[in-house]
Amino acid sequence: MPSAVPLSWYLILSAILFCLGIAGFIFRRNIITVFMSIELMLNAVNLSFIAFSYQLRQVDGHIFSFFVMVVAAAEAAVGLAIILTVFKNRATLAIDDVSSMNN
Amino acid sequence: MDAILFLLFATLAVGCGINLVVQTHPISSALSLVGVMGSLAVLYLLLGAEFMAAAQMIVYAGAIMVLFVFVIMLLNAGAETRKARSKLALPLGAAGLFALLAILIFSVQALLPRTDPVRFGAFTGGTAKAIGQKLFTEYLLPFEVTSVLILIAILGAVVLARKEI
Repeated sequence: MPSAVPLSWYLILSAILFCLGIAGFIFRRNIITVFMSIELMLNAVNLSFIAFSYQLRQVDGHIFSFFVMVVAAAEAAVGLAIILTVFKNRATLAIDDVSSMNN
Repeated sequence: MDAILFLLFATLAVGCGINLVVQTHPISSALSLVGVMGSLAVLYLLLGAEFMAAAQMIVYAGAIMVLFVFVIMLLNAGAETRKARSKLALPLGAAGLFALLAILIFSVQALLPRTDPVRFGAFTGGTAKAIGQKLFTEYLLPFEVTSVLILIAILGAVVLARKEI
């Protein structure tokens, strides 16, 4: 077994996590789980940023990743408030039942 | 040692990620997501990003996931109920996803130039000092803009969660 792994393994792990996030986004029917899948995709992208930052020996990738984290925090706060409002108005968390814009 | 740590925590991350997708109860998915974030923090450390590893644990696994778990418990969210849907959706979606994953992996292998293996300690520029210097000189304007963004997010959350809407 090699003592160190190539950089491409980190990128492949990032790709796998991103695809898992897409799978959760498409197949899950609960608003909160769909939202968590989006967070998983953001995390996968962060891993790519930090892997490239390591390869280029620059700290800029960390800064981008930091901004992604800040935006994710803001998004989580607003998104969960929206989920609370939807639940208060409709008493459901299933995305199939929240389809009034579909008519 | 690097390879063992990478394989251990990469497997943990993928396993928790799969668990997130297949579990029907949101609280199981949330705890799996905490597992993914924790293992990613270890991988950040291996890549020399110590500040980002700490921020990942504090902001993501700490603050954001607590918010998620809090909302799940507040809404008393149960396991999701299956509805009748097209039998074709799952195989088609899975095939499409595997195709996307194959394209991504192929392009990583084909387009990435030859790189040295990742060694712990080869890059030490990810300290809080280095990131702070970069953040408060070159990236000062984006940093200030994010503070406005956070302010707007707080106001939005307060307005949305009020009773009258």
